[in-house]
Amino acid sequence: MRSFSLIDFVSLFAALRWTVALVALALAFGAPLALGLAMGRISRFASLRWAMAACIQVIQSVPLLGLLFFFYFGMPVFLGIQVPALVAVTVAYTLYTAAFLGEIWRGGLEAVKQAQWEAGACLGLSAWQQFRHIIAPQALRLSLPPTVGFLVQLIKGTSLASILGFVELARAGQVVSAATFQPLLTYALVAAIYFALCLPLTLWSRSLEARLDGSR
Amino acid sequence: MNFLPLWRYQNQLIDGAIVTLELTVISALAGLVIGIAGAVALKGRVTPLRWLVRGYIELFRNTPSLIQIFIVFFVLPSFGLKLPAFEAAAVALSLYFGAYSVEIIRAGLDSIPRSQVEAGQCLGLSGWQVFRHIILPPALRNAYPAVTSQFVLLLLGTSLASQVAADELFHVAGFIESRTYRSFEVYAVICAVYFAMAMSFKALFAIIGLAAFRWPRRR
Repeated sequence: MRSFSLIDFVSLFAALRWTVALVALALAFGAPLALGLAMGRISRFASLRWAMAACIQVIQSVPLLGLLFFFYFGMPVFLGIQVPALVAVTVAYTLYTAAFLGEIWRGGLEAVKQAQWEAGACLGLSAWQQFRHIIAPQALRLSLPPTVGFLVQLIKGTSLASILGFVELARAGQVVSAATFQPLLTYALVAAIYFALCLPLTLWSRSLEARLDGSR
Repeated sequence: MNFLPLWRYQNQLIDGAIVTLELTVISALAGLVIGIAGAVALKGRVTPLRWLVRGYIELFRNTPSLIQIFIVFFVLPSFGLKLPAFEAAAVALSLYFGAYSVEIIRAGLDSIPRSQVEAGQCLGLSGWQVFRHIILPPALRNAYPAVTSQFVLLLLGTSLASQVAADELFHVAGFIESRTYRSFEVYAVICAVYFAMAMSFKALFAIIGLAAFRWPRRR
C-alpha cells in the first residue's frame, strides 16, 4: 500500500485518452451507419423501413454491456479467429451509436414537413438534391440538441469498456483505488473528471434546444 | 455452435432474470418517489433546496452509472455504511433513475400552459382541484412516454450490477460462461433474454398507455 500521489493523478488523466479514443471511434464509424439507418427508416420501400426499424429495435433492447461481451468474448469463438480487443469493442460501440443516433436523426428528418420535399421536387431538384439541400440542413438543426445529449450517454458508456480490461478512465480508477486503498478519493476524482467532460456538453445541448424553441 | 450445454442452467437463468426484474422495479419505484419529490422541490419557493436538487440532477446525469455503483459499493463502507451488492446497486440505480425522473416530471408539469390553470381558477376550482383535474392528467400523459423509455433503459442498465457481483441476469451469464466456456452461446442467449424482457415491457407500456390516455389526442 502506498499513498495517493501525483503519479496516480497523472495516470487517471493519461487514461482519459482512451475514453476520448473510444468516443471518437464510435462516432467515426457509428455516425455514417446512423445516417444510413435514418435514411432507410424514411425510405419509400416498406421492406427497407421494416428491416432498419428491426435492427434499431434489437440493438436498443439489449444492454450495452451485453453487446460488448458478445463481440469481445462471443464473436471470436464463433468465428474461430483472433479479434483484437479494440476491434471488438469498436464494433459494439459503433452499433450502439448507430442505433441511437439513427433513431434521433430519423426523428429530425421526419420533423421536416413533407411539403418541403414537394417544394424541392417542384423546383426540379432530384431526390438526392432535395435531401442534401433542403431537408438535411433543417433536420440537422432540429436534431443537434439530442445528438449532443447522446454524446454524453456515449462518454458515460465508454466506462463499460473498463470491464473488458480496457485501461480507460474508469479502469484506471479501479487500478489506482486498488493500489492506494483510497476508493473515496479515487472514485470522487474519476467521477469529477467524467462530470467535467459531460456537463459542458449537457449545458450546450440545453442552450441549443432553448435557441431552437425561440426560433419556431 | 451448440446451445444444448446451456439447457441445464435454465433455473439459474430464470433466477437471474427474476433478480434483474426485482432490481429494476425497486429502483424505478424509489426513483419515481425521488422524481416526484424533486420536481415538487424545483417548483417550490425554497431557493437552497432548488439548488440542491439541481446539483443532484446534474451530478447524477453527468457521471457514469457504473462509477456511481462503485462509489456506493466501495466508498460508502469507509463511512460505516456497508451495503450488500444487491442493495448497493439498488441505491445507486434509484439515485440515477431519480435524477432523470425529476427532469421528466418537471417537464411534464411545465408542459401545461399557465392559461389553463387560470381558466380552472376562474371556474372556481380549488388549488387541489386545479392540480387534480387540470394539471395532472395531461402532465401524466406528457411524461408517460419518457418515463417508460427511461424504465427500459434502467432494465438494461441493471446489467451493471453484475460488476459488484449482485446475482442478477448478467452475473449469471458470467457464471455459466465460466462453467461451459461457450461464450458465444451464453451471451447470445443473455442478450435474447434482455431483448425479450425489454420488448415485453415496451408492449405492456404501449397497451397501458392506449388504455389510460384514451381521451382526444393533440394533433
